[in-house]
Amino acid sequence: MTTPGIARPIAPPPRPPSRGRGLRPSGVQRAAAERTRTTLGRRRVVNVLMVGVTCVAAVVATLPLVFILGHLVREGASSINLAFFTELPKPPGEEGGGMANAMVGTLVLILAASAFGLPIGIGAGMYLAENRGTHLANAVRFLSDVLNGLPSIVMGIFAWQFLVRPMGKFTALAGGIALGAMMIPLVTRTTEEMIRIVPVSLREAALALGYSRWRTSLVVVLRTALPGIVTGALVAVSRIAGETAPLLFTVLGNQFWSTSLTEPIAALPLQIFSFAISPYDQQHALAWAGALVLIGIVLVISLAARFATRSRFGRGGD
Amino acid sequence: MATETKSPRVPRPAANPGAPQPADPARVRLEPRELSAFFGAAEVVRGVSIGFGDREVTAIIGPSGCGKSTLLRCLNRMHETVPNARVGGTVTLDGQDIYAKGVNPIEVRRHIGMVFQRPTPFPTMSIRDNVAAGLRILGRDRPSKTATDQIVEDALRRTALWDEVSSRLKESAVALSGGQQQRLCIARALATRPAVLLLDEPTASLDPISTQKVEELVYELRRDMTVVIVTHNMQQAARVSDRTAFMLAGELVEVAPTNSLFTTPGDQRTEAYITGRFG
Repeated sequence: MTTPGIARPIAPPPRPPSRGRGLRPSGVQRAAAERTRTTLGRRRVVNVLMVGVTCVAAVVATLPLVFILGHLVREGASSINLAFFTELPKPPGEEGGGMANAMVGTLVLILAASAFGLPIGIGAGMYLAENRGTHLANAVRFLSDVLNGLPSIVMGIFAWQFLVRPMGKFTALAGGIALGAMMIPLVTRTTEEMIRIVPVSLREAALALGYSRWRTSLVVVLRTALPGIVTGALVAVSRIAGETAPLLFTVLGNQFWSTSLTEPIAALPLQIFSFAISPYDQQHALAWAGALVLIGIVLVISLAARFATRSRFGRGGD
Repeated sequence: MATETKSPRVPRPAANPGAPQPADPARVRLEPRELSAFFGAAEVVRGVSIGFGDREVTAIIGPSGCGKSTLLRCLNRMHETVPNARVGGTVTLDGQDIYAKGVNPIEVRRHIGMVFQRPTPFPTMSIRDNVAAGLRILGRDRPSKTATDQIVEDALRRTALWDEVSSRLKESAVALSGGQQQRLCIARALATRPAVLLLDEPTASLDPISTQKVEELVYELRRDMTVVIVTHNMQQAARVSDRTAFMLAGELVEVAPTNSLFTTPGDQRTEAYITGRFG
């Protein structure tokens, strides 16, 4: 196959002048070097691209929070004053008034929910971590995930059906249990994960010292996992602190002071809801302020618990 | 521990060519008989019988996966804490079978201490509380606070840690160096006065200087207890032990006074291993 006019030698292209004395890179080496150069270039581009993309995602992820906080402060800060923290809500149309009872109510509900949800959640998480692979553990893990996805309004209806109706009235207790039930799956899964990452060697060290299985779990494993579990509990608390739907069916809301578990109780989300749908600007402003305070309460709870679970060395003694 | 009848300090056995398993001069305290250990269906320790003498350090050597760690873990009933693990045969401590019906493994582990390959200080406890960890669980026999302080100090002195940590007993144990952490773990095991101390490659994750300190400590411990040490390092076995056992593929090939095992091994496989032909 010869093409007249453009006949070329079939020899390979001339080698570039070698850099070394005597040792010239072979064709294979040169090809490898070429490949390295091009992949290096591509890697660099991909690297810059991915860093950029993840950086943008990280910024966008925090944007909603920044906007929400900014908006809340703009709308609600002006209504936050001493009266807001100390007074009961005023009837519609009247100036002033506060949400003191709702704040206390929310704290009572959080305490009741934690008292119900944390022991069960942590206990279930310990069971799952210690009895991996059993049928019961698999079933519990699956059901707990389902429960986690349960719409909160369904939880509210459930609590109404099985607590409010038999008791014959709306109570703070029913709300606390509904919220506590919502905490359980979150706390269960976090506890399980946190216990799982405690090294087996630590557990073995305790067993080798003559610790019984339950004592090993409680004194060594659970204590080592505690900071993580507390964080999980906090996430659960902040998640339920703002829940409104389960409360609509259970605690009803209250215009007056009440800390009784057997009476209807006020709660910040409920108060925000009822003020937000009211036709009065005054109440709208209070609703914004209430939302700001709700976020503040969640923040304070987180900080306080983190402070409480700092490393506790310096105490000593047994 | 109950006071033992005074048995003479075991002399370091001289090389004894031609006699792979000479009569043991020490009173045997811990004695596995026809001991087998399984993970599921896999038999990783096969019918091992050996005696660990009073006030004697026995080293167990052998290639990776030969079952030496598993054998060690059978001696304080730790093997059974692993799912699907099973043990056959008997292990007697001072004549009493620790695998007999009605024997509580927790009770066994209080008398047979164990130290692991990697240091395992409890991260939530202070240095003092780590050493006292085994004492806190003794129920009615739990020593008072001052007695505990004394035991902690004694244990830390024995492990040569006292001078290094006495000023910061209430600080976190994880702040210590790896070597200090390992000696802390040995102190923790010693605090309950075990009759036997099992060491599972205690220096595998340590630097040479820390290793030397631990080895000196092991050499000292023979004064009042039975020590069994699993090691990868044949020089270490030669340095610290009175007798050495060689294991291969789950079987105990040979046990002999350390000097004679390393100079005139009685079994060809032992010779092949210690001369570096495999493993």
